[in-house]
Amino acid sequence: MASVPAVLTSEWTKIRTVSSTVWTLISAFVVTVAMSAALCALMNSQFDDLPVAERATFDPTLISFSGMVLGQLAMVVFGVLVVGTEYSSGMIRTSLAAVPQRGSFLFSKVAVAGVLALVVGIATSFVSFFLGQALLGDHHTDIGADNVLRAVVGGGLYMGLIGIFSMGVATMLRSSMLSLGILMPFFFLVSQILSAVPGAKKVARYFPDQAGSKIMQVVPDAMNSDPAPYGPWGGLGILVAWVAAALIGGYVVLKKRDA
Amino acid sequence: MAWAPTTDVSRWGWSMIEAIGLTKRYGAKTAVHNLSFQVRPGAVTGFLGPNGSGKSTTMRMILGLDQPTSGHVTIGGHPFRSLPNAPRQVGALLDAKAVHGGRSARNHLLSLAQLAGIPAARVDEVLGVVGLQDVARKRSKGFSLGMGQRLGIAAALLGDPQVLLFDEPVNGLDPEGILWVRNLMKMLASEGRTVFVSSHLMSEMALTADHLIVIGRGQLLSDMSVKDFISANSADFARVRVADGPAERREKLTASLTEAGGQVMSEPGGALRVTGLPLPRISDVAHEADVRLWELSPHQASLEEAYMRMTQGVVDYRSTADQKAGLQPPAAPHGYAQPGYEVPRQPETPQQNWYAPPPPGQNPYAAAPDRPAPAAPDLTKRETSEDPR
Repeated sequence: MASVPAVLTSEWTKIRTVSSTVWTLISAFVVTVAMSAALCALMNSQFDDLPVAERATFDPTLISFSGMVLGQLAMVVFGVLVVGTEYSSGMIRTSLAAVPQRGSFLFSKVAVAGVLALVVGIATSFVSFFLGQALLGDHHTDIGADNVLRAVVGGGLYMGLIGIFSMGVATMLRSSMLSLGILMPFFFLVSQILSAVPGAKKVARYFPDQAGSKIMQVVPDAMNSDPAPYGPWGGLGILVAWVAAALIGGYVVLKKRDA
Repeated sequence: MAWAPTTDVSRWGWSMIEAIGLTKRYGAKTAVHNLSFQVRPGAVTGFLGPNGSGKSTTMRMILGLDQPTSGHVTIGGHPFRSLPNAPRQVGALLDAKAVHGGRSARNHLLSLAQLAGIPAARVDEVLGVVGLQDVARKRSKGFSLGMGQRLGIAAALLGDPQVLLFDEPVNGLDPEGILWVRNLMKMLASEGRTVFVSSHLMSEMALTADHLIVIGRGQLLSDMSVKDFISANSADFARVRVADGPAERREKLTASLTEAGGQVMSEPGGALRVTGLPLPRISDVAHEADVRLWELSPHQASLEEAYMRMTQGVVDYRSTADQKAGLQPPAAPHGYAQPGYEVPRQPETPQQNWYAPPPPGQNPYAAAPDRPAPAAPDLTKRETSEDPR
């Protein structure tokens, strides 16, 4: 039996020897930081023009993560490609012939890629936060303020978990194209639109991204958003449940289906 | 059984592949049906069948990639999935292109080596064996099919396994590469390993394999040594061509030969294929029937033909003559019709020269089983003819 450390080493070799790893993770970092910085600068200059309700619930921490809406898409691509290229290249058959224990194979891969995604996510959220606060001028907050550190760490966890969720989905769908075709519109459009539609709101707040991003709010109902029936950690818990469901689903598919 | 392994089976029994009642269905289509066979160590076992006959499915089931619908297959008595450290016991080449194109050949092999605790030095070693050391650090995206095959063979050899499976290993290889693979298979078998090679080319298998397992539409057609296969299938026949003239002369001769105890088949092109009668007797019968002959020649049906005959009824994807009817003007003339073409009574192989002829003075099929052990192949052979740049 291929031992777990051996499979972890092998998966690390796989992940560091393809260029898609580097460019998707760099994109996630750069897009999030740059877009957050731009929005912070904009907010700083436009603060007085904001509606009263938004000024009252102004959340400088959340604003400095606003780039994640786009940056998370690069994370989705990373998660999908880590798993999907095994299928699109046919490498999956070589891999599974070498590691017949499919559980070890999947969870080693997810562990290696997931840790990498979390590390990049944490780095992204810290850089994004400090740069954003520097650009917010008088409206900035401090890392030592109540709940701010929780939000910054939570932002990193959020990005990493979105990446792991994508790995689970790609394992279930066994195709990069199909996974991206579903996840990208979902995170970029469907989830955003449904969360603004009055009737669908109640459901949409349990979507992985809507629930998970709650952790990044410091001010309750920040930026005049709708109150949610769960707190920051509750929201992250909902995202974790989605991730677990996707991974279990992926494991079942990998276990049952022919490679 | 006539086939005798070169090594004591009981000693090597743990590296034997054994399939019992293997069946695989994909929905309504049965890819493999009730297949039972054994692949023994110390010999190259060829696995033959037309395209889509279930060879690759069987290979995948051996490797635990596909779950059989019923039946089972074991390696040394264990299902593949429960083998301890599978990469050190079983090496497989399934699909030459099953490699992430963005990863270099060396890194691809390194990731596989790390799974089995194989040191990186072994990676460089096998890269040298397959002749890819010069392109080891290039992305495999730019590899030709032949280079991909070499990379796949390197992956199979990595763990120095006792059991090796190769699915169509010579696809895309140049003649030098084909010879190399052929010698490599024989050498691996001579070291007492179990070597299972699939192919759809009888001519290739006749040169490489000691034992043949032939399947068609997922069912076992033949399981015997190459030697037995040759003696059972290489029947002699005579080709008889009647002088041009009325067709009834040919029919008259056919009747006379059948009466004399021969079997007569029509070949496309007007010749007759006669079995069961010696050449002088055919000549006599023709003389008595007052039929002039333009040709009376002895022939030996090739193994390829025997194989074609065997799989004739079980070919899934059959090509037909391209009539180009869709390109014809509406009032198409009957230019493509062949007057006098007679459908063969028993299906025969009209194709000629569709596989490489044997070297002069040597019948590859007759020679195959008795050939002395091959000289040690040059494993450090370098590939110079293919360069991705």
